[in-house]
Amino acid sequence: MTYHFAVSGDDFSRAGNASSEMKKILQRLGIPPETIKRTAVAMYEAEINMVVHAGGGVADIEIDPGQITIVMSDHGPGIADLELAMQDGYSTAPEAIRELGFGAGMGLTNMKRNSDEMVIDTAVGKGTTVTMKILIPGA
Amino acid sequence: MTILEAQSAIEAEIVEGTGRDGVEILSACGADLMSDVMAFVKDQVLLLTGLINVQVVRTAMLMDIQAICFVRGKAPSEEMIEMAKENGIVLLRTKLPMYLACGKLYQAGVRQGGVRKIE
Repeated sequence: MTYHFAVSGDDFSRAGNASSEMKKILQRLGIPPETIKRTAVAMYEAEINMVVHAGGGVADIEIDPGQITIVMSDHGPGIADLELAMQDGYSTAPEAIRELGFGAGMGLTNMKRNSDEMVIDTAVGKGTTVTMKILIPGA
Repeated sequence: MTILEAQSAIEAEIVEGTGRDGVEILSACGADLMSDVMAFVKDQVLLLTGLINVQVVRTAMLMDIQAICFVRGKAPSEEMIEMAKENGIVLLRTKLPMYLACGKLYQAGVRQGGVRKIE
């Protein structure tokens, strides 16, 4: 099964709508709760990143018997130093975002920790695509 | 400890979800940064925060957090209350500042915090 969501870049209050929708879909499909939570958190952080840094993007989710694949693509500024961006606490988010409760520099590591595999394809000035795979235990 | 017992310990009022105040909480987390909540929190948690926006409720919903208490006398917006209602999340508020609210909750017996070791 595949699902597609457009992530709007202009309204911070709506960031996370796609992740919330996806969580409901996974619950209906009877996916184990721990797997749902990992998927929801990984996707939510990616969605927040898209809104904060890239002006929105698209999310494509594929559910196979053994795994969930989340592909988040944007045409934002790209990540200049990926190694630095992956460090806990490092953030380039503006101060206004911190006042909204994000920009702690935990987003990418939260995504990585909640995925079984994460690949980031990024180019400065072109955009970023993050692919995360989450295994479904017992499937 | 139930949400009702926590409510009494931190001198809070329930803004939304009075019917679910018997839900058990095993640990608590005091944070204003939602990514920190997602990094360190596990199940049956009471989230204490001074942050007011819909992303607080959304974070709780995605993390299966069943109760949020707003500290320093802050009140959730109508939109937040609506979202909490839809997702079965209990909302509380207390006039206590974060430090005292956490301290009183700890004293009352909620001793578990985050689950992930910081290396």
